[in-house]
Amino acid sequence: MKEFLSRLLVRPQTLIGLAVFAAIVVVALGAPLLFPKGPFTIVGMPLLAPGSPGLPAGSDVLGRSMLVGLAYGARVSLLVGISSTCCAVGIGVLLGAVAGYYGGVVDDLLMRFTEFFQIIPAFVLLMVLVAFLQPSLFSTVIGIALITWPQVARVARGEFLVLRSREFVQAAQLLGESDLHIIFRQILPNALPPIVVVGSMMVGSAILTESALAFLGLGDPGLMSWGSMIGASRSAMWVAWWTTVLPGLAIMVTVLALNFIGDGLNEALGPRGRQ
Amino acid sequence: MKHEKNRVNRLAYIARRLLRTVLVTVAVVLVSFFLIRLAPGDAATVMAGQSGYADEAFINSLRAEYGLDRPLPVQLWKYVAAVARGDLGMSYERRQPVLDVIVARLPNTLLLDAFALVVAMAGGIVLGALAARRPGSAGDAGVTVLAMLFYAVPQFWLGMMAVLVFSVWLALLPQFGIETMGADHTGLARIADVAQHMILPGMTLALYYMASYARLTRTQMIEVADQEFVKTARAKGIAERQVARRHILRNALTPLITYAGLQASILVGGTVLVENVFSWPGIGTLAYEAVTARDNPLLLGIFIVTAILVSLFNLVTDIAYSIADPRVELGR
Amino acid sequence: MNALVRIEGLNVALPQGGDRTLAVADVNLDIGPSEIVCIVGESGSGKSVTAHAVMGLLPRALKTVSGRILFEGRDLLTQSAEDWRRTRGARIAMVFQDPMAALNPVMAIGRQITEQIRAHRAVGEAAAMNEAAVLVARMGLEPGLLHAYPHQLSGGQRQRVMIAMALSLSPRLLIADEPTTALDVTTQAQILELIRNAQRERQMSVLFITHDFGVVSDLADRVAVMREGRIVESGTTREVLDRPQAGYTRALIAAVPRLSGSPAPLAREKPLLEVAGLSKRYRGSGGFLGLWYSRREHLALDRVSLTLQRGETLGVVGESGSGKSTLARCIIRLADPDAGEVLFDGADLAGMGRRELRAQRRRIQMVFQDPFSSLNPRHTVGEIVTAGPRAHGEGTKISLARAVEMLKLVGLEEAVLSRYPHEFSGGQRQRIGLARALMLKPDVLIADEPVSALDVTVQAQVLELLDKVRRQMNLAMLFITHDMRVAARICHRVMVMRHGQVVEEGPTGALFAAPKSEYTGRLLAAIPGRQRLEA
Repeated sequence: MKEFLSRLLVRPQTLIGLAVFAAIVVVALGAPLLFPKGPFTIVGMPLLAPGSPGLPAGSDVLGRSMLVGLAYGARVSLLVGISSTCCAVGIGVLLGAVAGYYGGVVDDLLMRFTEFFQIIPAFVLLMVLVAFLQPSLFSTVIGIALITWPQVARVARGEFLVLRSREFVQAAQLLGESDLHIIFRQILPNALPPIVVVGSMMVGSAILTESALAFLGLGDPGLMSWGSMIGASRSAMWVAWWTTVLPGLAIMVTVLALNFIGDGLNEALGPRGRQ
Repeated sequence: MKHEKNRVNRLAYIARRLLRTVLVTVAVVLVSFFLIRLAPGDAATVMAGQSGYADEAFINSLRAEYGLDRPLPVQLWKYVAAVARGDLGMSYERRQPVLDVIVARLPNTLLLDAFALVVAMAGGIVLGALAARRPGSAGDAGVTVLAMLFYAVPQFWLGMMAVLVFSVWLALLPQFGIETMGADHTGLARIADVAQHMILPGMTLALYYMASYARLTRTQMIEVADQEFVKTARAKGIAERQVARRHILRNALTPLITYAGLQASILVGGTVLVENVFSWPGIGTLAYEAVTARDNPLLLGIFIVTAILVSLFNLVTDIAYSIADPRVELGR
Repeated sequence: MNALVRIEGLNVALPQGGDRTLAVADVNLDIGPSEIVCIVGESGSGKSVTAHAVMGLLPRALKTVSGRILFEGRDLLTQSAEDWRRTRGARIAMVFQDPMAALNPVMAIGRQITEQIRAHRAVGEAAAMNEAAVLVARMGLEPGLLHAYPHQLSGGQRQRVMIAMALSLSPRLLIADEPTTALDVTTQAQILELIRNAQRERQMSVLFITHDFGVVSDLADRVAVMREGRIVESGTTREVLDRPQAGYTRALIAAVPRLSGSPAPLAREKPLLEVAGLSKRYRGSGGFLGLWYSRREHLALDRVSLTLQRGETLGVVGESGSGKSTLARCIIRLADPDAGEVLFDGADLAGMGRRELRAQRRRIQMVFQDPFSSLNPRHTVGEIVTAGPRAHGEGTKISLARAVEMLKLVGLEEAVLSRYPHEFSGGQRQRIGLARALMLKPDVLIADEPVSALDVTVQAQVLELLDKVRRQMNLAMLFITHDMRVAARICHRVMVMRHGQVVEEGPTGALFAAPKSEYTGRLLAAIPGRQRLEA
């Protein structure tokens, strides 16, 4: 464990990523405390520039504080990103492990499934799901989880397929260990590194997807999301650049931080685990 | 003797894959049909609401007209039979055959996709190869950071920024659409006009994938450069440039073909955002309109056409891959 | 004697963090014209690094710190990159260990040969291809192979191609870095023959890297023994073999197993394990959801039978593809046989259901070949060794206590329990694997090439250990190996397999002294160093 941490924290990008991400988490958690009135409260004239009194980040088309909106937007992004990834990873690892370990019909079925998701236009499917389940936080999380679990399943399956023919797994079978025990205690700890890396990258892409949905008006209407802020700014973009640029930068910085972390994890977990 | 066997294998492989395409398309039809039908509130209600008449009788007559009052299996069967004939039904909202609507817009998306794919691959490979030349150098770090940046940027926002910078502030390129409205260009002038309009959305679309290709190329080249056969090539006294080209690059690029295939589906369905921002009249905007209007036949039609296109594209890339890498056995 | 190659005071540095600072330290070696010089040593001795240094192909991480390598008068280490390019392939050529990895997988064989020719001479493609055809024909390959790709050739064919490439421009020096280690013993003999003939014909010098003293005795004019980066001893082959000066050299020579001196067969009694008519067929699958069609079939086992009694070691000897590993796996049901019976103490393992099988499996355990993948890298040694008893319900504390005893038996101390596999050497990992297998107190131990991946000195120790364990625990042991010398060391009886069939079987000493089948005879004749070392 200590060795892993030292490998992880040696690169400056990873440290920056972790620091930035931590800051965003803090902002997200602290938003209701710092800005108890919420992001939808109108606090002044619309389209005031950043630096105006009481509005460090300016105001949007309706006169709401950009700063408060950004803070609350962090909550939505993190919530959707993390929960949809957890769901996707949970489903994906389970199905991928079973398919990779047992092979045969189960594996074939899973492969057809993942192929199906590769062939249909995933984002369109997501729009359909969200629109028809009524746009909400729940439908967003479920929708994203549903179109991203095949990625995880593919990685998990690949790992299990390779590891199951390793000699230590054969030894475990000979020693009389049960299949469940072998899958979870023998193989899974070795299969985790690429799954963890995929998972961390998925949080970033889930945030991007959520913002895209919100931009198109398919996000939860009761929540202030960075994507919806950008969508709302379309008409004012020319005269009030901050209404578009700031939320976009927020998304970019968050996803970049997550990608740095994912990259760092990839380096730290990589070659050694394969010795 | 070996060549003939390969050709027979390849033809059999194509036949199998085409069959598989049909099967997958059928699966897509079935699954999509049920998914869309599962939606609460059916199309008749939506249509009635849109047209202003919300009374029961009108809704029921609409249902009868579109066959929505029949049992589900019957609806499914009728639909599948129609698709087999090439009839994708009628769009609820536009009162036009779905196939016509799609065919009118499809070429625009394909054009955009083709442009983006070419730019992404060319740019990505060049950048990746440059970065891999000296891993750990400043150039390498620069390319890597740039790639990570483009991964993190929301596409729609990038598009908006591009419009802001190039259309509004610099007034260099047109803001939206595929052609200048009202101007009736023909021939070369028209091509030039479309090309001008294509640059911003095309580049926006391309940048994300360029980052992907750059990273992939870089990783592949570094990995391949470490392989034994590269050492052998040097041991034979081959010039370094030829080693880089014939041995390293050649082997590093083959996985990129598969990657291009994987992106096919993302490209066709994933242009929604870019098309939306630039008001590009393609399948993406069509899909968005169909979702908001609950235009099921149109949606279903888009799914089917996309599935077929992607399958065919995957088939092409798989065959290309098998030509590029002789180790691949066309047995599956 | 005017040396063709003179290595003077070569020092090559290792990157930081290794177990030593220099990969190669103060190496001095001469290679005369048309002389075969062998560098022999175990893994990590620096022999391969020395060879690569002469070609200028050291990996980026290793740097030549000091020394000279004189070739035809000039110091190779100070020459320009372009001079190096002209030297490589034309004046000095190299053959590597793994021919599959060493050939470009997407380039046809012919092109890979002509590429080299045309890099040094102004010849057209067609002319170069003709030369290539002549070259491969002289290597015993059909010219049609020029259009094939590496993966379509066998290991032996690929190595012949590598040698053809190396000889294509008639170099003065041929460097061969363990070229036969990845090959079967009969193929190895052919390749060595090939190199010997080529050397004689062309009067070229050969620098041959190997870990096998048998090869040294067959091939080399002069030999240098390396250990941990230094040359421990050098001289003519006769001198070093007959009168080794250094202790290490003596240990290396002694560690090579001999064909004679096998244990005598035991008195016949009721067998513990009886295999009758075991067959297994492998099908290539394909198609949609497993339907469609099946491809080539491959008969891995063809009606194989054997008996094994308590206290006895039966060797199963064969080349790759002989089915010996498949046999082991079918016996313990890691693979399912298509036909035949495996009678263990009366019960037939081949047809058993899962629950019954689990109970019976306690009594047959296995030691695996690859020390690197046979232990779970994320488990501690304690977890690994106690896994078996714990899976059968034994308490952790009791298991650990027994584990300490078992580890002592295999020569490891209690402190290893809390450490991880990657902290141990190959030999130590095999001991851990053995302890793991023995914890369930099996009656039968199957050892699947347990020493093939180990250095020769460590091999001898592990073989000793296996023998001791067998005697102490009165086990029946099935010993799978491709190396007949290893089988001779500890097997009472031996069984020779080929293409899934049993070729012959009998007491080790008698069978090796007077084999009945022609195939066994060929296998025995192919063993390197038979004449010199079996004295």
